Amino acid sequence: MILAPSHFTAALLFSLFASVVFGITQRSTSREQIRYGLYCFAMFAGGVFLAGWVMWILRR
Amino acid sequence: MADSLTNKKAPAAEEAKPSAPPVTVMSVLAPAIGWLIPGAGHLIQKRWIRGLLLMASIVTMFVLGLLMQGHVYQPNGGDILDILGFVGDVGAGGLYIAAQAMNWGQGAISHATADYGTKYLIVAGLLNFISVADAYHIAIGKKP
Repeated sequence: MILAPSHFTAALLFSLFASVVFGITQRSTSREQIRYGLYCFAMFAGGVFLAGWVMWILRR
Repeated sequence: MADSLTNKKAPAAEEAKPSAPPVTVMSVLAPAIGWLIPGAGHLIQKRWIRGLLLMASIVTMFVLGLLMQGHVYQPNGGDILDILGFVGDVGAGGLYIAAQAMNWGQGAISHATADYGTKYLIVAGLLNFISVADAYHIAIGKKP
């Protein structure tokens, strides 16, 4: 079985898993862990969109 | 006078010195088990939800990396990027050992996003290193 997701899907999956681990390991309480995990995911996903637009501008 | 100053400062200096973390069975076992089986270092310390989430994230990431035809690095002494790739991969512990034993991640790449697979495998290992450090901090009481 071979998996070939789009770049966007692969980047979002990457963000999800990395955010879960960052959230759990970098904060102490459950509430802080959830908040930090969501923050990391938002930063990752926002970075993907930002990089996408920057590449689009550079290409034009 | 220098002696008296030194004598006066000595107790304060001793107080400021951070105490070494206690070496317990758990402080050795949790990181070792956590490296071998991602998330297990938390599970043996009864951090069930954290352990299961870490395990699910790291194992899923590693398996997705393999399914995307990511490259599993062999132990090597050549190019610096290959060495770093190996260091990242080996962080996944038992998953890396299983992949090596089954000769996974060595096939010819047939699509463009396979490089994502390689990065997934490396990052799964690196995330497991963080998870191992966290399990150790819980074991020595530095983290609840």
